[in-house]
Amino acid sequence: MAAMAKLTADSRAAARGWSDLTIRNLFIIPTILFLIVFNIFPLIYSLGYSFTDFRASVSEPANFVGLQNYRELLADPYIWRNFSVTAKYVIVSVGGQMIVGFGVALLLNRAFPFKGLVTTLLLLPMMMSMAVVGLFWKLLYDPSWGIINYALGLGTFDWLSNPDMALYAIAITDIWMWAPFVMLLSLAGLSAVPQHLYEAAAIDRAGRWYTFTRITLPLVAPLLLIALIFRTMEAFKTFDLAFIMSGQPTTEVIAIRLYKMAFQEWQTGRSCALAYIMLIIVLAITNIYVKYLNRVKER
Amino acid sequence: MAAVRTRSQRILHRVAVAAVIVITLIFLSPIYWITSTAFKSRAIATSVPPTVIFSPEITSFVKLFTRRVQLTKPVEPDVYEAAPWWEKRIYDGGERVLKVGDSVQLSQYPNRFQNSLIIAITSTLLAVSMGTLTAYGFSRFRIAGEPDLLFFILSTRMLPPVVVAIPMFLMYRAVGMTDTHIGLIILYTAFNLSFSVWLMKGFIDEIPKEYEEAALVDGYTRLQAFFKIVLPEAATGIAATAVFCFIVAWNEYAFALMMTNRRAQTAPPFIPAQIGSGLTDWTAIAAGTFLFLLPVAIFTFALRNHLLRGVTFGAIRK
Repeated sequence: MAAMAKLTADSRAAARGWSDLTIRNLFIIPTILFLIVFNIFPLIYSLGYSFTDFRASVSEPANFVGLQNYRELLADPYIWRNFSVTAKYVIVSVGGQMIVGFGVALLLNRAFPFKGLVTTLLLLPMMMSMAVVGLFWKLLYDPSWGIINYALGLGTFDWLSNPDMALYAIAITDIWMWAPFVMLLSLAGLSAVPQHLYEAAAIDRAGRWYTFTRITLPLVAPLLLIALIFRTMEAFKTFDLAFIMSGQPTTEVIAIRLYKMAFQEWQTGRSCALAYIMLIIVLAITNIYVKYLNRVKER
Repeated sequence: MAAVRTRSQRILHRVAVAAVIVITLIFLSPIYWITSTAFKSRAIATSVPPTVIFSPEITSFVKLFTRRVQLTKPVEPDVYEAAPWWEKRIYDGGERVLKVGDSVQLSQYPNRFQNSLIIAITSTLLAVSMGTLTAYGFSRFRIAGEPDLLFFILSTRMLPPVVVAIPMFLMYRAVGMTDTHIGLIILYTAFNLSFSVWLMKGFIDEIPKEYEEAALVDGYTRLQAFFKIVLPEAATGIAATAVFCFIVAWNEYAFALMMTNRRAQTAPPFIPAQIGSGLTDWTAIAAGTFLFLLPVAIFTFALRNHLLRGVTFGAIRK
C-alpha cells in the first residue's frame, strides 16, 4: 500500500494533478446530469401521463387511453380558440416591438449628450418583473383614475374589462416591456454598419430612402431576425402579463389554458398532452433561433 | 454616427433628439407612476383626475410592513398623543396597527421579500458556479457532439415554465417538496444553468489559451491554472452572469405561483395576491413594488455594458 502511494506520488501524472480528461468530465457531467434529472426526466414522466386519463386531484389510478388526449385536444374548438388568441397576441405584440424598437434605435443612433444614460433608462422596462409591473399597468389602465385615459383624453374608456380591447391592452404593455430588447439588438446592428458605406452613398447623391433600404436594412437584418425569432418564442409562451392583467376569455392564451387545465381543473393527463403540443412548437422555434444565433456569431 | 453637415441634416438631428427625449419620458412614465404612488397618500393615489404633483409621504411603507385593522371607534386622544409618528399616520387613515403586547405585528411582506432573497441568491450561486465549470470544459476541451450538447443545454432554458411545472409539481408532491425553498431553488438553478453555461462560455472563449499554457509550462496543474489564471480573468464575466441569473430568479413568477403558496412564496406571486381582499390600497402595494424593483434598477445600471451579451446568451458582444 505504502509502495503504491509512493509510486503514484512520484509518477508524472500525479505531479500534474488530475488529467485533462478527468477535469473535463468533472466540470461538464454534473451540469448535464442536473439538467437531465430536473428537466428531461420530468418531461419523460409527463409524456407517460399524456397517454392516460390521470387526475392528480383524486387517488384513482391512471388508465392508459392511448392517443385519445391528443385526438380530443386537436379536435377541440376551444383549444383552437386559445391558439388563435395566442397567434393574434404574437403578431400584435411582436410586430409592435419590432416597429417601436427599431424606430427608437434609428433615432438613438446619433451622438447626443447623455446618450449612455438615456439608452440604459430605455432598457429598464425589460429587466423588470412582468408580473409585478403588469399589475401596475392595471392601475394605469383603470377607466376612472388611470393615467392613460387622462393623458390621452379618452374619458372613461374601458381597456382591460372590455373583451375586444383587453388583448391589445396587454400587447401594449408587452411592447413597452420588450421593444427595448429589439432596440438593443438594432443599436448593435446599426453601430456596426461601416461609416464609409454612408459616405459613398452621400457622394453618389443617394436618397435617404435608398440609403436606408439598400445599406442600413440589409446590414441590420440578421440581428433584427434574431430579435424577431426570440420575441416570437417568448410571446408564444407568454403567461405572466395576460394572467395578471385580465381574466377575459378573449385573452386566454395557450399557456393560461394549460395552467388552468393542469392546476385548476386537474385534468393532469390531458394537460400533459397539451404541454407536449406546446413543447414541440417551442423546440422547433428554438432550433431555428439557435441556427441564426450561431450564424451571427460566426461573422 | 454621421457628422452633422448640411442645414437639413442639422434640423433632422434636432428633431430626432427631441423625439428621443419625449419617448424616454413616455417609457419611464409607468415606472414614475409606481414610484410616485408609493409616496402618495391613499386619497390621492386613486384621485380623479390623477394627481401628478403632490407632497411625498412614507405612510405607505409603514402600511407595507405592518398588520392593520379598521378602527371601530375613534382613537382615545391620550393614546394618539403617546403613539410614535408612524402610528399616528395609521390612526389618521382610520386604522390601527395590530400588536402582540408591545411589539408590532409585521405583515407578510418582509417574509416574502426574504424568501425571494434566499431563493434568488442560492440558485444564482449554484447556477453560476456549475455554469462556469461547464463553460470552461466546453471552451477548452474537445467534446464529442459539442454543438448538440450546447443546443440541448440551451433548449432546457426555452421550455415554457407551465410545461415543466406540471410533472415537477407531481414529483415534488410525491416527496413532500411543494412550497419549500429548496424546491424553487432547484427549479431556478436548472432554469439559469443553461443561460450561465452559454454566457460564461462566451466570456471564457475570450481569455487567450496561451495564459494557461504558460502556467502549465511553469509547473501549474490544470486545476491550479483554472483557479489562479482563468477565474480571475473571468471575474467580470462571472459577476455579470451572476447579476443576470439573480434578476431572472428574482423576477420569476410562473414557477413560484404554481409551486409555492405560503412558506416559500416569493414576492412576485405575493404582491398581486394582495389585491382583491376588500378595498385595494394601491399605495401599500406600490411601496412593496418599489422596494422590489429597486435592486433590479440598480443592477441594470451596473450591467449596462453587458446587457446585449446577456440577452443573446453571449452570442453577440459589443
